[in-house]
Amino acid sequence: MSYIIDRRLNSKNKSTVNRQRFLRRYRKHIKKAVAEAVNQRSIRDIDKGEQISIPSKDISEPAFHHGQGGHNTRVLPGNKEFVSGDRIPRPSGGGGGGGSGSGASDQGEGMDEFVFQITQDEFLDFMFEDLELPNLVKRQLSGSEEFKMRRAGIANEGNPGRLNIVRSLRSANARRIALTSGKRKKLKELEAELEKEENLDPALRNHLRIESLLEEITTLRARINRVPWLDDFDLKYNLHVKDPQPRSKAVMFCIMDVSGSMTQATKDMAKRFFILLYLFLQRNYERTEVVFIRHHTSAKEVDEQEFFYSRETGGTIVSSALRLMKEILEERYPVSEWNIYGAQASDGDNWNDDSSVCSKLLVDDLLPKLQYYSYIEITPREHQALWEEYSDVALSHSDVFAMQQIVDAGDIYPVFRELFQKKSVV
Amino acid sequence: MSEQEYTYLKRNPISESSEWSFDLVEEYDRAIGKIAAEYKLDTYPNQIEIISSEQMMDAYASVGMPLGYSHWSYGKQFLNIQQSYKRGQMGLAYEIVINSNPCIAYLMEENTMTMQALVIAHACYGHNSFFKGNYLFRTWTDADSIIDYLLFAKNYIAKCESRYGIDEVEAVLDSCHALMNYGVDRYKRPYPISAEEERHRQQEREEYLQKQVNDLWRTIPTQPGHADDARGFRFPVEPQENLLYFIEKNAPLLEPWQREVVRIVRKIAQYFYPQRQTQVMNEGWATFWHYTLLNTMFDRGLVTEGFMMEFLQSHSSVVFQPAYDSPYYSGINPYTLGFKMMSDIRRICEKPTEEDRRWFPDIAGSDWVETLQFAMRNFKDESFILQYLSPTVMRDMKLFCIVDDDREDTINVNAIHDDSGYLKVREALAGQYNLGNREPNIQVQKVDIRGDRSLTLHHVQYNRKPLDAESTDEVLKHLHRLWGFDVHLHSVLGNQVTASYHCPPRGDGGSNPDLQLMPMMRN
Repeated sequence: MSYIIDRRLNSKNKSTVNRQRFLRRYRKHIKKAVAEAVNQRSIRDIDKGEQISIPSKDISEPAFHHGQGGHNTRVLPGNKEFVSGDRIPRPSGGGGGGGSGSGASDQGEGMDEFVFQITQDEFLDFMFEDLELPNLVKRQLSGSEEFKMRRAGIANEGNPGRLNIVRSLRSANARRIALTSGKRKKLKELEAELEKEENLDPALRNHLRIESLLEEITTLRARINRVPWLDDFDLKYNLHVKDPQPRSKAVMFCIMDVSGSMTQATKDMAKRFFILLYLFLQRNYERTEVVFIRHHTSAKEVDEQEFFYSRETGGTIVSSALRLMKEILEERYPVSEWNIYGAQASDGDNWNDDSSVCSKLLVDDLLPKLQYYSYIEITPREHQALWEEYSDVALSHSDVFAMQQIVDAGDIYPVFRELFQKKSVV
Repeated sequence: MSEQEYTYLKRNPISESSEWSFDLVEEYDRAIGKIAAEYKLDTYPNQIEIISSEQMMDAYASVGMPLGYSHWSYGKQFLNIQQSYKRGQMGLAYEIVINSNPCIAYLMEENTMTMQALVIAHACYGHNSFFKGNYLFRTWTDADSIIDYLLFAKNYIAKCESRYGIDEVEAVLDSCHALMNYGVDRYKRPYPISAEEERHRQQEREEYLQKQVNDLWRTIPTQPGHADDARGFRFPVEPQENLLYFIEKNAPLLEPWQREVVRIVRKIAQYFYPQRQTQVMNEGWATFWHYTLLNTMFDRGLVTEGFMMEFLQSHSSVVFQPAYDSPYYSGINPYTLGFKMMSDIRRICEKPTEEDRRWFPDIAGSDWVETLQFAMRNFKDESFILQYLSPTVMRDMKLFCIVDDDREDTINVNAIHDDSGYLKVREALAGQYNLGNREPNIQVQKVDIRGDRSLTLHHVQYNRKPLDAESTDEVLKHLHRLWGFDVHLHSVLGNQVTASYHCPPRGDGGSNPDLQLMPMMRN
């Protein structure tokens, strides 16, 4: 007797829990592999899934077993040339040809690394773990926000799905008691009287009285029974109300230098940095707006496509970008409602006397309105005026201003992590 | 299929295409079941489940347990399988079967009808009848309650995780898994496990156990002149082979829930113990029967020639045995050895040669169905090979026996498949399947109950084989975590200790302090 069951639809991914347990346990290894992968990838596929490999030794599960040596007898198949009494030289490399130990290590050598695949989502999760936008504090109530349903007690109206049975029945019970208690009391009295009459000696009984009592009792009973068990106004409903949820609105300004001094390599690095930033925002802060600004001698607001892919060069005036940022801010992003962030990448080259203009612009006009501003300088060379000026700003505004230097592509991810590391103290 | 080849046979196959459907699976199952009954195969009822390849990997990763508790090692297993499956290094095993009642077997939806029929014959009638008939499974496992018990274990572990945290539970499980092969009573039949009873008695047991442990470790001084310490009271009185059992009952610092976790791992290890002892027989039996059953179907015209071609192709890849010097060699293929031996027993019964009559006077010429049944019921790998491995099979597989002794410069060929060698090869091969020889023999020797509470184990060397130092150190760390006090392991040859391992390591023990396991938190 056999039963045939189709199980294809239920409980797929039974091992998902186990898989997650595995990822959880080897978090550190995976994060390291992810960091390495981010640096090696080309810009376009930076957010793909990844092959992770972990040294097998680190994840082995130990058990007692025999080591090499001692007296081993083994039976092997496929004899071609041996007859009993043959002596075979031991294969070099220590292991006995047929020794149990060598059999195991032969296989082990091919499998030094434990390799597995993680998905794109998991990859990004690991990539952006423990990162956040700093100082995201302003929260706003505005018109078309999201709502949250909240319980708000009991109501007399509602739809049948929300019927509160306990409360309805309790109220019905109360109503019945209220409407019938007088009658019940009367009924009891009448019944007592009737009983007294009936216990009398038959000769003394007042038949008329008994009859009228019986009649009264019947009508009373009927009236009590007429009180409905459940009435319309007994029904109670759970009440839910919509609560508007305050939400933080954030905007990120990405400012990139595309001047002639930036080589293709530095531009690539800057782009990589902004792609990381953009991915991070998209993933963790869904509704964050991003404003892309590119500048050489003049600055221009562009869309994502142009920001990352168009080629354009010229001289360098950094303040043009900051000025544009200020204008856009005033025009579109009122400080009272928005959490405002800025990220700037440059090779540090600037028009000579422009650097002091930049720092002045930053300190006077921008920083007071910003939550956080980060500057990365991509250069292997000596720092120039812009870095010096910014250093002073960093000293005086250390809570909202951060700067880092990137020398080669390997620095991008670590620097990025540093800039947006979750602060433990709020 | 001898005569039928010559007579014209009217074929009336159940199906001609390779597509399967539920109706067809049912029809094939009925046909195979009917033939199996003619061959007197006694089985549990079958529960055939159709699953996807992903589910098959799941099932595979959790050692075939349909309801395993969660543990990272199963996740590792899953990733491993998934990776090699994707690379195409490994075809998925097309069958998994577990010994429960009803017997659950999985069919993968991607398979063709031929493969489904093969799996039904192999698992639902081959393995199934083995589980029901073999004495080890009959005495050591309880097919009626295993599913319930696994469910109990899964829920219990999940409860512990939510109460004490995943890390805590994982730590205990890791340590238990390291000792899993030593969580088995080798000679004593365990009480049947029943999930219902487990649940009822678990609370009771927790309290009782804790009391026992407390009693053993009582620190109030006994009256002076009291017998035990003066005369060197020994605990345990006899060496204990079941390390997990010993820990569950006697580890001084474990919490009641930790003892229960140890018990769960121990019970599951015990449940799988017969499987490890009957690999050759079990696979051989199932392979023999799928071969026999499907050939009988062909003889009766129930399947087409195309079906047989596909079937024979996968059958021969299952029983392929690479030679010892082939790059594909990874030990003796239990399917091959088992299948050859089973088929050979049938041959000896039906067409014995002079040699067979000399070697197997009892079975030569007897009824093959009964002889095979007897062999299946009453043996395990070791004794089965010792009893039934015939010269024909040894010649066929070209088995030879080598001795690798570290005191000699060369490896010696001790015996080959010839008249003077048959007995030696057979004995050596049987020894190879003796779990007692394969795994180091490690037992609890002594606990210093009045002193530092240290636990001393002895490894009794077999054929002077030493322990693998690195893994031994690792396992001792786990043992130390469970025991809570110092653990010593002496490797003993005769009366002489040849190596000692300690946790925590002593002096230049050589262990890496970074890898030291943190002691468990105790509240």
